[in-house]
Amino acid sequence: MLNFSIDARRGSFHLHVECTFASEWTVIFGPSGAGKSTLLRLLAGLDHPTKGRIALDGRALTETSTRLCVPPGHRLTSLVSQQPALFPHLTAAANVAYGLGSLGRVARGRRTDEMLEFVGASDLAARRPQDLSGGQAQRVALARALAPAPRLLLLDEPFSALDGVASDALLARLQNWLRENKVQTVMATHDATDALATSAEVLLLRDGTQAALGPGAEVLASERDRLIGRLQPPLN
Amino acid sequence: MDWQAFALSLRLAAVTTAILLAISVPLAALIVLGRGRWLAALEALATLPMVLPPTVLGFFLLVLLGPRTAFGRGIAALLGHPLAFSFDGLVVGSVIYSLPFAVQPLVAGFSSVDSALVDAARLLGAGPVRLVSSILVPLARRSLVAAIVLSFLHTVGEFGVVLMLGGDIPGATRTLSIVLYDQVESFDYSAADRTALLLLGLSVVALALVYSKTRKPGVGRA
Repeated sequence: MLNFSIDARRGSFHLHVECTFASEWTVIFGPSGAGKSTLLRLLAGLDHPTKGRIALDGRALTETSTRLCVPPGHRLTSLVSQQPALFPHLTAAANVAYGLGSLGRVARGRRTDEMLEFVGASDLAARRPQDLSGGQAQRVALARALAPAPRLLLLDEPFSALDGVASDALLARLQNWLRENKVQTVMATHDATDALATSAEVLLLRDGTQAALGPGAEVLASERDRLIGRLQPPLN
Repeated sequence: MDWQAFALSLRLAAVTTAILLAISVPLAALIVLGRGRWLAALEALATLPMVLPPTVLGFFLLVLLGPRTAFGRGIAALLGHPLAFSFDGLVVGSVIYSLPFAVQPLVAGFSSVDSALVDAARLLGAGPVRLVSSILVPLARRSLVAAIVLSFLHTVGEFGVVLMLGGDIPGATRTLSIVLYDQVESFDYSAADRTALLLLGLSVVALALVYSKTRKPGVGRA
């Protein structure tokens, strides 16, 4: 369970969110500039809130009142962004193995192979990021994020470079894997179809504040009606 | 040709460059990755020797390391000899004088590394040492080569600090720049020509080496 109360200021932008994510899969939905990526960076520990507290399964990760901020690599949290950010001087396999420093060489190799196979990128192991397409790079970035076995996975529009069919297939496989491995997931998106496809709990974010939190079917009812309306042919 | 001075210049430059590398990589990483206003002051301090006249810097160091200050007396007691007018003193002076030439290229190189890569490495558990050694240094290797060569050449050609702090002691503090100065002062222009050519040749070869290593393949100029 992830609960947080965050106050953060970035120039004129003010993010203020206070909620608990209890379900395995939560979607943060909102237009560009609503504060989705800022919120994910704060949850990941890459940025610090002005005031607030973040706790995962009862363990405080950030607590401004006691000046506690667990470093990003020690929060059992992974983040996959729209930009894959693969290390350009390392192969795809070395990228995936980067976060597995605590494992022995053999176990590290086995885990790397396993994760590359999971995302359908086994044949890309020896390639450098500059030789990968956008979709391939996003698959490798996902494998790299999953490899250290995080407890919390943060996804920031991670499949934007994949076509619809590939994205749906990977998303379905990923959801099964995350459920089996008991990984809580928070995905940020501005695409209502992505948000509705996962039948998840949805946090609706507008101008840095929480507009609604609840089942996707309820929170995104108006978005769903809008999408259905677009698919219906106009009446003459 | 004063080969003893030539060897001493190379030795001074090699030792200075090695020390500068050990100081500058973590210092530049701290300036780029750290947070806080004091880092601006730190960067300014590291750049100061670039704008300070070498003779002024040499004079300050001569006073600081000499017997007139408690620091200088303490160092002399510790080493058994004063740092001024010794090879070790030249190394101290050279490290301070060439510091900006090592730090600035590294700060520029580390700053150019995409911050998303730094974030990714931190999320994957990289601490400061691993972050610098496995991400920043490999991705800014051109800047590292530039820092090494600039520090080396700057030390080989340095004159003001060496003269102030080391004087002109053969085998201990007489470098090629001092030899050139002595040759000109005694009107031995043919010997001065050879010494100057040697210093020029060293610089050209080293710079050619830098540009050949740092030039991106396949990038031509119309």
